[in-house]
Amino acid sequence: MSLIETIQNKYNEFSAVAGNGLLGNMRAKAFEHYNKLGIPTSKNEEWKYTRITPLTNKNFELHTTAVLPSKEVLNDIRLQAECAAELFFINGVFVKEISSFDKDALVVLSLNEAAESEYKNYVQQHLNQSSKYMKDGLHALNAAFVANGLFVLVKKNKALQKPVFIYHLTDTNNDNVFVQPRTLFVVEENAQVQLIELYKNNGLQESFTNEVIEIVVQQNARFEYYKVQDENENCHHVGTTHVQQVGKCFTHCVTITLNGGTVRNNINMILEAPNNEGHLYGLYIINGKTHVDNHSIVDNIEPNCFSNEFYKGIMDGNSTGVFNGKIFVRQDAQKTNAYQSNKNILMSDTASVNAKPQLEIFADDVKCSHGCTVGQLDEDALFYLRARGLDEKQAKAFLLHAFAADILEQVKPEALHTYLEKKIDERLNVDAL
Amino acid sequence: MSEMIATLEETALSDYKYGFVTQIEADEAPLGLNEDIIRFISAKKEEPEWMLEWRLKAFKYWQSLGNHEPQWANISYPSIDYQNIKYYSAPKQKAGPKSLDEIDPELRRTFDKLGISLNEQNRLSGIAVDAVIDSVSIGTTFKAQLAEQGIIFCSITEAIQHHPDLVKKYMGSVVPMTDNFFAALNSAVFTDGSFCYIPKGVRCPMELSTYFRINAENTGQFERTLIIADEGAYVSYLEGCTAPMRDENQLHAAVVELIALDSAEIKYSTVQNWYPGDKEGKGGIYNFVTKRGICSTNAKISWTQVETGSAITWKYPSVILKGDNSVGEFYSVAVTNNYQQADTGTKMMHVGKNTRSRIVSKGISAGKSNNSYRGLVQVGKNAHNSRNFSQCDSLLLGDKCGAHTFPYIETKNSTSIVEHEATTSKIGEDQIFYCNQRGIDTETAVALIINGFAKEVMNQLPMEFAVEAQKLLAISLEGSVG
Repeated sequence: MSLIETIQNKYNEFSAVAGNGLLGNMRAKAFEHYNKLGIPTSKNEEWKYTRITPLTNKNFELHTTAVLPSKEVLNDIRLQAECAAELFFINGVFVKEISSFDKDALVVLSLNEAAESEYKNYVQQHLNQSSKYMKDGLHALNAAFVANGLFVLVKKNKALQKPVFIYHLTDTNNDNVFVQPRTLFVVEENAQVQLIELYKNNGLQESFTNEVIEIVVQQNARFEYYKVQDENENCHHVGTTHVQQVGKCFTHCVTITLNGGTVRNNINMILEAPNNEGHLYGLYIINGKTHVDNHSIVDNIEPNCFSNEFYKGIMDGNSTGVFNGKIFVRQDAQKTNAYQSNKNILMSDTASVNAKPQLEIFADDVKCSHGCTVGQLDEDALFYLRARGLDEKQAKAFLLHAFAADILEQVKPEALHTYLEKKIDERLNVDAL
Repeated sequence: MSEMIATLEETALSDYKYGFVTQIEADEAPLGLNEDIIRFISAKKEEPEWMLEWRLKAFKYWQSLGNHEPQWANISYPSIDYQNIKYYSAPKQKAGPKSLDEIDPELRRTFDKLGISLNEQNRLSGIAVDAVIDSVSIGTTFKAQLAEQGIIFCSITEAIQHHPDLVKKYMGSVVPMTDNFFAALNSAVFTDGSFCYIPKGVRCPMELSTYFRINAENTGQFERTLIIADEGAYVSYLEGCTAPMRDENQLHAAVVELIALDSAEIKYSTVQNWYPGDKEGKGGIYNFVTKRGICSTNAKISWTQVETGSAITWKYPSVILKGDNSVGEFYSVAVTNNYQQADTGTKMMHVGKNTRSRIVSKGISAGKSNNSYRGLVQVGKNAHNSRNFSQCDSLLLGDKCGAHTFPYIETKNSTSIVEHEATTSKIGEDQIFYCNQRGIDTETAVALIINGFAKEVMNQLPMEFAVEAQKLLAISLEGSVG
């Protein structure tokens, strides 16, 4: 049975169990929306370079409850670092029992609970705001199955010293799985937090993740976000990170893709208040048949905002990299400074890259620029290193490491930085140095 | 400097100065489009059977598309009623003028008004002109001199009659009739245009030029241009256009095909000044044009365009770099004011080894207009060591206009280098202040800065056009600066 059919079969059953209320309404609307729009094809301009339909025609199982993995497996995926919270999604379902968090600074609930709690307002106001920007069937599909998601609130005036970890584990030991994690993350006034989302898999079957995380950042808050995909090539991923900066605040987002099958990362940064500042960074180092598509939207709505976007990619083997960056500057957003840069290196003749850096500007008193390059390692630099006794492999690894370092240095939490550096070095064979 | 001030002053007083209508009796086809109309056009042109068949084939394909124009461009306009257009309109003449003296004096006055001399005696300008009014070419100058060197420069109608082999071989080879909606429409109903063939090793001694003018009401203009530069040949070609001021929108859908064989070079410059509509956005020309060139080994094609007119511009002059070591260039200044919309750019398709391309696009938007750059740089698997550099800068004058950039970069080769950069800004207060400090008033300072902004492209234009283009820039932006 194809995934499309599974979805139709499962929806009613799932919906009946999950009940009505706030989320029930949302699900019904979203499902209607999904049926209308369907899975995006390459005819959709936003999906021109990424094909999802071969996946949705495959057989994937849709799990709505989680089977807990063994302690060893859980320990294996943890970064073993000091943290303010460790939250687990197993096959797309948030599992509170095995999660832990600092109760003083954080509120952690399942979305179902949150919709009935004193935080109901947040859910009502902000859940599924991303649908204003993401008008495709896949995004609606996630909302159509929203229930066992995660709600996190960082309380007012709390500056967390240690990061919050969200681990996503897809268990593909028994069958192909389709998972849809959903998170609403609220950072209240004057709070500070670092959020790390880590994707891991366990098993050899295929998985298809369709994730949505929505983040609301309030006045004077500071939010750092790191998304790391380190699954195997049987894991496909479509993820949307939607950052809404509702007050004057600071955000810093880094997306790192090291491996996977077909991967699509959407990141939206909505600068809704004046004087906002946002940074977006991305790094994709891919090989084999991996396909990575990074889509970003930076929407400058109010005046005096600053945004900076910097993505880098290294493509080897038969891999494909896609970059699409959109910057909107609305008519009221005078004195906006928005920058965007995308740099790609092709290491093999079978790798390819498709880039589309896009500016749409409606205000005149702005400074906007974008740049995009595709090329290879500098011959002179290679020669310089070779002349000093490094062999070709070492010299290349050395230069690639330096190329990646620009983004890597934006990863502030130490534990994650060390972890990534090790991973990247392994990939680039830097241990040869 | 003083010249610039004079230009500004002169233009500040004038609106669209080419907006007159010439009262000439016209020979027209009835409104609407069907097979009979196509047969009518073909018969009028005394075309051979194969041409008619070609047209009908294109028409069938166009019909199969339904009324579905391409939707992807960043423009909006009410749907066009293709049955409410006259597809053929010719100034009435006694059959086929044998020499320029036989051309209707009213017509000649029109072209004199436009500043285009059809008079052969006026050799000072040294440009060979083919003038197209509404649907037909009314005269080509310097034909004899060009023929001495074996250069063929005539209307496409004549070419179909006298050089069918060349036309048959190359027409539709770069822009096939199935290329897109407007190309299909053009292939079915094209009425005239220019044809040019430069033989092996010949360097065309003068600039060739075509002037297009839409005159009659309710007509669409569908011209077709075909330029072939044989091995080692060189030609520089200019194209200009104007139309009267009318309240309704008129359609212009042209196809231009350039073929540069081994080591040939074609330089194609356009100053597009169709009527842009009035200040409320009423009227104006819809300009949907398909332009493409193909380069063989060591060949070069260079597009230069200054786009100031048209209510809507939809135009992507492209180069297919098929041969090794071939070069493609695209220089563009697009200015939009009032309610104009421009979606323009280029495609550079790198197929051969060591191919190079360069894109310089400058967009200036003012009033309530929208100006988009849309470009594609494609590097194929075998395009080793290919190189592209693109730069698109936008300048915004006023806070109600928009500037958009949609560059597509698709690279499949690891030895190629592709670079793209774009900036958007307004004229800085410090820049103006710097000029004011030195005794230059604000208005002049703005003109100075805009001129500097567009200079890189203007420098690519042939001398005769550069002056006109500079004036046009100022006219288009009149009232929106300072």
